[in-house]
Amino acid sequence: MAVLVLLSYEKGDQIRKISRSAISAAGKLGTEVHALLVGDHLDGLSQKASQLQGIQKLLVAEHAAYAHMQAEPVADLIASLAGSYEFIVAPANAEGKDILPRLAGLLDVQPISDVVEMIDASTFVRPIYAGSILATVTSKDAKKLLSVRGTTFEAVAETGGNATIEKIENLPASDKQLSVFKELKLSQSDRPELESARVVISGGRGMQSGENFVLLEKIADQLDAAIGASRAAVDAGFVPNDYQVGQTGKIVAPELYVAVALSGAIQHLAGMKDSKIVVAINKDPEAPIFKVSDYGIIGDLFEILPQLEAALKAR
Amino acid sequence: MKILVPVKRVVDSNIKPLVKSDNSGVEVGGVKMSMNPFDETAVEEAVRLKEQKIASEVVVISIGEPKCQDTLRTAMAMGADRGILVTSEDALESLSVAKILQHFVTKEQPDVVLMGKQASDDDMNATGQILAAKLGWAQGTFVSKLELSDGKAQITREIDDGQEILELTLPAVITTDLRLNEPRFASLPNIMKAKKKPIETVALADLGVDTAVRLQVKSVAESSSVREGVIVGSVEELMDKLQNEAKVI
Ligand SMILES: Cc1cc2nc3c(=O)[nH]c(=O)nc-3n(C[C@H](O)[C@H](O)[C@H](O)COP(=O)(O)OP(=O)(O)OC[C@H]3O[C@@H](n4cnc5c(N)ncnc54)[C@H](O)[C@@H]3O)c2cc1C
Ligand SMILES: Nc1ncnc2c1ncn2[C@@H]1O[C@H](COP(=O)(O)O)[C@@H](O)[C@H]1O
Repeated sequence: MAVLVLLSYEKGDQIRKISRSAISAAGKLGTEVHALLVGDHLDGLSQKASQLQGIQKLLVAEHAAYAHMQAEPVADLIASLAGSYEFIVAPANAEGKDILPRLAGLLDVQPISDVVEMIDASTFVRPIYAGSILATVTSKDAKKLLSVRGTTFEAVAETGGNATIEKIENLPASDKQLSVFKELKLSQSDRPELESARVVISGGRGMQSGENFVLLEKIADQLDAAIGASRAAVDAGFVPNDYQVGQTGKIVAPELYVAVALSGAIQHLAGMKDSKIVVAINKDPEAPIFKVSDYGIIGDLFEILPQLEAALKAR
Repeated sequence: MKILVPVKRVVDSNIKPLVKSDNSGVEVGGVKMSMNPFDETAVEEAVRLKEQKIASEVVVISIGEPKCQDTLRTAMAMGADRGILVTSEDALESLSVAKILQHFVTKEQPDVVLMGKQASDDDMNATGQILAAKLGWAQGTFVSKLELSDGKAQITREIDDGQEILELTLPAVITTDLRLNEPRFASLPNIMKAKKKPIETVALADLGVDTAVRLQVKSVAESSSVREGVIVGSVEELMDKLQNEAKVI
């Protein structure tokens, strides 16, 4: 039996990188991989999705009820398809974490969240305790529901594949209207998506204000970086919530992670410890972040950041 | 309106968890235990709704060893009215917890189950969604703003690139993001008062709920994040390292 991968995409019609990682993770299960695209007005996206590498078939479920990916109708839909699949994989982002456990409830399965390694078809590794511990778990469920982290599975290519497109005609009735969509408040940013950026530069409580994040922006401009933040910086209102990196925020693993004026609490490390190179800038030589960094500069951010910006410009 | 709040007793999140010497699990003996921080947020919100006279009763429920009584007392000191303690020797997975909660939802008939989005020990982020599915209820996950009115809940949810506002038909399961509120510290008089609030204790074995293990933990290992931590003396030196040693810029 095959694997079904739920695709996640941005409103701007871009298939998220984490979906491509989910496909590559699904490929390790050693069976055929099908992808499922759910939403409304999916013509453009279907074409794009059918070219993803690593999938043999693309299922498309199109209906106004799915326009906002609410968990109730989407879980009902996937449950109606689940009979043909041994594994159902979703990205471990907010969308996947909303939908997959609900599906698990419908199918009476214990879901396996945040998988970072596939050992075999029933053994997986997942972080617990804010990522400070890795647990190897074995599932006894006949059908296995996994959400997978984007950071440890290399994304499949966006093009080069040639999946057959199958439109799902028999959509389950979802007229219950348990939840009604009201409004979407997207945070506008011209920067790369935090979870797929090659460079991430994050600020913590020591930034002191939202205005001071301009200092990070200037560096981000030089490196085409995304901007992140610690929970303390988000809670203080410096930046919006979707900047948060960590146990309760985004999980990132860029080539370069620059941590500015944040102390390095384990809940923050949970979100960035798999980064390739970590740089810390902090005025406190005892800050724990230095122990989890490759390079550190001890100093005041207000002196260091302008120097770094100048050095990057002069490259 | 009645609100049911499940609260889990977990290793305090300020403590670095230690792996047992045989790698079979995490050491919890002799370690400081606290209420799961996400559940504290849920208790706080429920108590505020009671103070605003929107909720009439706040019932808290905890499943685990008898010591979970402390967690219930903490919740009652924050303002919950009464507690339910389901005693079990074994650690339970989300699916089992959801089934136990379902049993008590049927019995208690709350309008809202308000709970943490995840437990800070297993980080599963699943129980609320499983429960909502089993009950056939609406779910509002990762909620950072909640307004309850007649038969409806207007919620703001934290999603991948911003926020989403939904209106849920009650009854519903709502799971909390930490930013929903700032939980209070219980005052000494309220801690004393909480000692007199009722707790109903039930043994899991007497419930007849299937809690067979589906997901077995085979082993655990520490995940080290320690790196070399080379301290450089200047921005020039950092640039040199990043360009020529790490080759990332
Ligand atoms: C259940 C739970 C979940 C959590 N989830 C997350 C999460 O997802 N993400 C997250 O980040 N946190 C999370 N936290 C919070 C976490 O525990 C820390 O409280 C938080 O990360 C601290 O943020 P900070 O490092 O910015 O602040 P602080 O710890 O206050 O550190 C500020 C740092 O800035 C430095 N500094 C100050 N001024 C300057 C200056 N001028 N120049 C240079 N350095 C300066 C200081 O030396 C200090 O090291 C969670 C906590 C709990 C309990
Ligand atoms: N043993 C338990 N007792 C009470 N509530 C629990 C228990 N386990 C999980 N929960 C609830 O389920 C939520 C999500 O947990 P989890 O799905 O394990 O991450 C927690 O925030 C609690 O509200």
